[in-house]
Amino acid sequence: MLSEKEKRLIKDIWDRLTPVAEDIGSDALNRMFVTHPGSKTYFSHLDISPRSPHLLSHGKKIVLAIVEGAKDISQLTATLAPLQTLHAYIFRIDPSNFKLFSHCVLVTLACFLGEDFTPVAHAAMDKFLSAFAAVLAEKYR
Amino acid sequence: MVEWSEQERSIITGIFANLDYEEIGAKALCRCLIVYPWTQRYFGSFGNLYNADAIKTNPNIAAHGVKILHGLDRAVKNMDNIKAAYAELSVLHSEKLHVDPDNFKLLADCLTIVVAAKLGSSFTADTQAAWQKFLAVVVSALGRQYH
Repeated sequence: MLSEKEKRLIKDIWDRLTPVAEDIGSDALNRMFVTHPGSKTYFSHLDISPRSPHLLSHGKKIVLAIVEGAKDISQLTATLAPLQTLHAYIFRIDPSNFKLFSHCVLVTLACFLGEDFTPVAHAAMDKFLSAFAAVLAEKYR
Repeated sequence: MVEWSEQERSIITGIFANLDYEEIGAKALCRCLIVYPWTQRYFGSFGNLYNADAIKTNPNIAAHGVKILHGLDRAVKNMDNIKAAYAELSVLHSEKLHVDPDNFKLLADCLTIVVAAKLGSSFTADTQAAWQKFLAVVVSALGRQYH
């Protein structure tokens, strides 16, 4: 459950990071690929070496979707409806990977924001990303 | 037995050699109690944990965080047999402290975030991988003697 204060905190952070969406996204993806090589199996059709054009553009896409979700968290299901279908029927990424990716996003945020990534911000962000992942997987079965 | 590359060993010993235990230990435990509030169940006798500020300024929590972090020294010194090195501590956490072993991973994740925030861009993906592998081995060893 996210309080109004937490929703504002989350929106503020993602608004602040929108200009560097590419860096945040590609960094988090790269961290996931290095710590859990099994996650690379979903990207055999792309060049996902660090800072590759594919990785940058893919990272940007993912972060911008998160930014969209953060704009109105109470509307997450509506906002993510097209992505839900894509992930359930086309990508069929095992949802355990959402958890891994969320963790790597948190690590990336910690590296970028340092002290600004306070425990309260971390808690709010963890809850948001869990909710995001849960909504994303809703059409799986 | 866990295999460690030279690079992994040097990453782990390097991080611990430069660690400010007072700062990082306290921050990691505080963060765990704030991000995963149900973990506060083990700290009923530690005083005021009413909100994030109370937790952050609680001296008992800070001291305990440092103690826990020093507990990891045992693993750094015995990287080739962490399982054996933690047998006693595992029994302690199971029989005396009654800590759900799933909680070890929560604290490990918070420690990772605190270290990442401290090291910034030098906490590279490879560093993260070695660090998480190390913590995963410790977490597994701590849960080993539960029955």
